[in-house]
Amino acid sequence: MSRSRPRSRPGKPPTVRLGHLYPDHLNIYADRGNIAVLQRRLEWRGLALELVEAGLGDEIPDDCNLYYLGGGQDRDQLMVAQDLVSKADPLRRAVEGGAAVLAVCGGYQLMGHSYVAADGQEMAGTGLLDLETTAGSDRLIGDVVLSVDLDGETATVVGYENHAGRTRLGSQCSPLGRVTKGRGNNGEDGFEGAVSGRRVGTYLHGPLLPKNPWLADTLLRWALDHAGASPELEPLDDSLEQAAHTTAVSRAGLKR
Amino acid sequence: MVQTMSYPSLPRWLAASTARTAGRASRRLGRGGGTTLPGLLLNRLRPQATAEMANAIPDGVILLSGTNGKTTTARLIRAALDGSGARVVANTAGSNLERGVATALLHAESPDIALFEVDEAALGALVEQTQPRVVVLMNLFRDQLDRYGELEHLAQRWRAMVAALGPDTTLVYNADDPAVADIGARHPNAVPYGIEDPSAGRGHRSHAADNTDCRRCDTPLEYQLVTIGHLGHWACPSCALARPKPQVSATNVELHGMDGQQMTISTAAQAAGSARVGPEGASFGVSLRLPGLPNTYNAVAAAAAALTVGVVPETIAGALGARGAAFGRAEHFFVGARRVTTLLAKNPAGANENINMLLNESGPLHLLVLLNDRTADGRDVSWIWDVDYELLLAGDRLGSLTLAGTRAHELALRFRYAGLDPARMSVVSETAAAFDAATTACGPSGRVYVLPTYTAMLDFRRVLASRALVPEFWEDQ
Repeated sequence: MSRSRPRSRPGKPPTVRLGHLYPDHLNIYADRGNIAVLQRRLEWRGLALELVEAGLGDEIPDDCNLYYLGGGQDRDQLMVAQDLVSKADPLRRAVEGGAAVLAVCGGYQLMGHSYVAADGQEMAGTGLLDLETTAGSDRLIGDVVLSVDLDGETATVVGYENHAGRTRLGSQCSPLGRVTKGRGNNGEDGFEGAVSGRRVGTYLHGPLLPKNPWLADTLLRWALDHAGASPELEPLDDSLEQAAHTTAVSRAGLKR
Repeated sequence: MVQTMSYPSLPRWLAASTARTAGRASRRLGRGGGTTLPGLLLNRLRPQATAEMANAIPDGVILLSGTNGKTTTARLIRAALDGSGARVVANTAGSNLERGVATALLHAESPDIALFEVDEAALGALVEQTQPRVVVLMNLFRDQLDRYGELEHLAQRWRAMVAALGPDTTLVYNADDPAVADIGARHPNAVPYGIEDPSAGRGHRSHAADNTDCRRCDTPLEYQLVTIGHLGHWACPSCALARPKPQVSATNVELHGMDGQQMTISTAAQAAGSARVGPEGASFGVSLRLPGLPNTYNAVAAAAAALTVGVVPETIAGALGARGAAFGRAEHFFVGARRVTTLLAKNPAGANENINMLLNESGPLHLLVLLNDRTADGRDVSWIWDVDYELLLAGDRLGSLTLAGTRAHELALRFRYAGLDPARMSVVSETAAAFDAATTACGPSGRVYVLPTYTAMLDFRRVLASRALVPEFWEDQ
């Protein structure tokens, strides 16, 4: 398959093209915080982010290095699902060519094969991750702490979950992490999120990336590699990030 | 009402006296609980007690609900009712759940009228129990998602509540909120209210705007005017749905920074299919000691509710003008020559309005922002990422920034990723020390603005109390 990669031009810093899908409808859990983190962490290193937004009725670009889908209310998510499934081919092409994806909460569910609502109605997803979601009778809500093995590294990831869906993974993807605090994909099997290649789905918001800078940098390395740039990232002073991370982990351990 | 208790309910007198005694005992033991325990117990001993007590009130029950402004609006309505000479039972000092309403009713001595602010999720049950004369629906903003699930579910519950309303109940609702208006306009006996002043708004919606697609056909709504968040003069370009014409409205709105505002409140002629409210074509000026457009809405809502139950315009104008700030909402106090102002916010819409007010202040902004994640604040702190703090960083307005509270570091990250150099913020975990840092940073005659979440404000109040500092307009809460 041919793929056009934006090449670094002289005088222009290496640039990540970020496709933010449905920013007007999938934004309920402060998703713009995740976008801000990706942008700043590139800029602080002399790299650049080019943000491409695609909403209802827009075409999804196939030349981004990283795609982001956030969470939405049920009503918005249903509108997005119909639109996304009808025009997911460019996204599928890009992802199969090695572009990275971060999908959070509702966006995570849309990455699966389907979502079955409480009334039995089935909403098709993109199937970019081998998973299915069924509505539960109650919501899984609260702080979450995960133990994550990703890209050859082990780390703690912390966030907040709030979802009625119970997600079960197929054999073509693995969980993002093991739940040490919280409920996770379905409240039963002790796992949270899904990973397949450079596709990452999770229920964790908070938003996810500000206090998990390691995960943000992993996504950026993948995106830079896909853009044909060096995936090496200079270290940043993450002392505030680490303090927020540590606080969130300790708050998650409290009975409140 | 379905009786689900496995034991028979107690006779009314016995249930009431038992509950009162328990409340007194609890207070005497220093356990608090005076505003919830008796009602909780009463509802257990005699589940129909709230309905019985409410039905016995001659001039009926007013219920009001919404994400933002409940407490202030209830205080404004209370002032108007007091001014009319009515004896009022209200839960202004207590819980806004069923138990708080039951407790207030239990302690009332032959009231003429009842006024209850009600939690958005508790409204349906209380409407059923109290069969209110007036229900006021104020607004639906993105709030504590960890508690309510999703905004849309709340809207659905309100819709079901309105569908079950009797024709004698007057529904006073905010025409400028598309989600609320879609619910309110379904009731035949309704009084829409809103802001008519075309100069009162802005041309754009803030990032956290909700409910911006048509409720009937999902087309993005078009706005001629945006007042707050998703509130304003809206219409669907595709189907016929549009903002209802308000029957009670604010015009000539003049905002005077933190000091308050002036407006004219007018009543339109009775529209077909709507309720009659007050004298037709009345128009009266109001000087409000409360700042900002959120309080413009609160004042119009209060005026509409008071007019609906027959309070005359002169009484309303006087009562609204006399009311100062509610607990933590734009209160001022002084530390030497330094003026300190508290601006409570616990969701993006409230915080964004506070930021708009701050930007209209003169001089450098010395801010103390306090973020807690206890249950009453919302345990999910992601909402701070939907607040437009970036506006405070533009134009070199920031004098100093001190951050505190259980999640102070999360706030620090919010400002760091908004573009502020971490060297320009101080994170101080303890509230008293943070207050000292902020009052030092502002200089001997500067101004400090304190932006707390709910329990952070309680923490802050304890610091003030320990130093015998009292707000300028201290009022009985």
